[in-house]
Amino acid sequence: MSLSASQNRAGLALIAPASVLALLFLFAPLSSIFVLAFTDYQLGDRSLSFVGFENFEALADDPTFWKSLSNTLIYSAVVVPGSMLLGLVSALLIDAGTSLRSFYRTAFFLPVMASLLAMAVVWEFMLHPSFGIVNATMKALGFAPHNWLKDGGIALYVLAVIGIWQSFGFNMVLFMAGLSAIPRDLYDAAEMDGTPNAWARFKLITWPLLAPVTVFVAVTSVIRSFQVFDTVHALTQGGPNKATEVLLYTIYAEGFEFFRSGHAAAITIVFILLVVGVSLLRFVSLKKNGASA
Amino acid sequence: MMPRSFAASAFRHAALLSIATFALLPFAVMVSTSIKPADEIFSDTVRWWPQKLAVIENYSEAFSAAPLMLYLVNGVVVTAAIFFLQVLVALPAAYALAKLRFFGRHVAFGFVLFCLLIPYQAIAVPLFILLYYVGLLDSYSALVLPFTISVFGIFLVRQFFMGVPDDLVDAARMDGMSELSIVWRVMLPAAIPALTAFGVFSVVAHWNDYFWPLVAVSSDSYFTPPLGIMAFRNAEAGNDFGPLMAAATIIVAPLLALFLLAQRRFIEGIAFTGIK
Repeated sequence: MSLSASQNRAGLALIAPASVLALLFLFAPLSSIFVLAFTDYQLGDRSLSFVGFENFEALADDPTFWKSLSNTLIYSAVVVPGSMLLGLVSALLIDAGTSLRSFYRTAFFLPVMASLLAMAVVWEFMLHPSFGIVNATMKALGFAPHNWLKDGGIALYVLAVIGIWQSFGFNMVLFMAGLSAIPRDLYDAAEMDGTPNAWARFKLITWPLLAPVTVFVAVTSVIRSFQVFDTVHALTQGGPNKATEVLLYTIYAEGFEFFRSGHAAAITIVFILLVVGVSLLRFVSLKKNGASA
Repeated sequence: MMPRSFAASAFRHAALLSIATFALLPFAVMVSTSIKPADEIFSDTVRWWPQKLAVIENYSEAFSAAPLMLYLVNGVVVTAAIFFLQVLVALPAAYALAKLRFFGRHVAFGFVLFCLLIPYQAIAVPLFILLYYVGLLDSYSALVLPFTISVFGIFLVRQFFMGVPDDLVDAARMDGMSELSIVWRVMLPAAIPALTAFGVFSVVAHWNDYFWPLVAVSSDSYFTPPLGIMAFRNAEAGNDFGPLMAAATIIVAPLLALFLLAQRRFIEGIAFTGIK
């Protein structure tokens, strides 16, 4: 079919509203991030001047930025394996039997649906040093109680547990979709061939065939974990003493509390590079495996 | 599968029940605390069902201490407006990208794929500056406008339309329908499964979104549910746990009720949009 004039016109007309909005709300803001990062702009300024790499040099010398970056990576390094493993184990266990499947699936998915902000307030109450259920349980079991969110040594890990709690059900659903695509007769064949136990069958069939889904879940989990913000803002405000300062929280504080837009834009570029880098890793790994998700 | 022994089944349930305890514990604590009087909340003994019920006290205190109804209505208005406008903008674009040949189609689709990679928080600073200069901060427009364009919606519906047979479109053209009426009268009905999945994704994301509302509005008449619960907690200085948990229950309940009523659709929708 050749490019007919009327189809050309219709096509352009139909994408016009989306194009205008995309220019205004996606393209312009995204490009201005890359301009702002090289200026000294602060919200409300009448003019701005270009300062070259000054914002980035300031970042390199800023311990808060490094703390924020490393906290984000630590948080991610806990939440990603945690929520993937719990999601995969849940999916395998649910799939291994027939009873109560939908009860478990619903129960595990509930945290994904619930407003994280409201549930963060509940977690704060559960972690309350004097009348929270967590410390009550610790005491009953003979362990020392903690001030979970005020202890700089553990606060980030406590937030990571909340992150795992919130996201593993999402991973479980993706893994279950992947499991349902694996033909059942492969397992029967493996059993007939004498593959001895469930673990051997898992290694032989489930794990390799699930690989594209696993890669996808990993990438999505990493990107979502880089976006941690709600629990930090609601529960710790980046504290105590920057122990839970993470990238989005730093961007928020710089951009919307101190209105240092240029500085916030420079951190945003680091954030974008991280997120886009992880997404591109996925394409590389898919090409290598010759698989498609 | 193979014949299952009793021990394997018992192990499966034991493991799943302990994961379920982890998943459901916060909900149990929330609801249980929301019906307890203060003296039982601050007592040392853990009791799931209170000796003296304080349902009326806590819930009426929650509704009177903060305009919770207003926050809920704001949440409904904002999420509904976002979804409606997203479909209005995305459906014609998705149809054009899937079924029409026009100048710049590949560039447009490439742009969609590129934007899929960027989380919206990354452009929050310039969006905020833009809305500041046009004077739209602190309004419903600030909450809705930036999300009217959903590259994810365009992508999802476009992929779905690729699977719709060209004959359907050609037949409509033979009947003399314009391209615009094909979009709304032929493609919209065909797209219902994709739009349901996208609707679940969009409503859940925007009902629960905290970052953008936090940035975009400051008067509590525009607060969405997550901002509302934070305002409530800060106003109560985090001490009046009964009404606070009642407020959290009220904020969480509508979406969870919807989810429990249509779980299959929700879970399939999320899996569908997740795997794309």
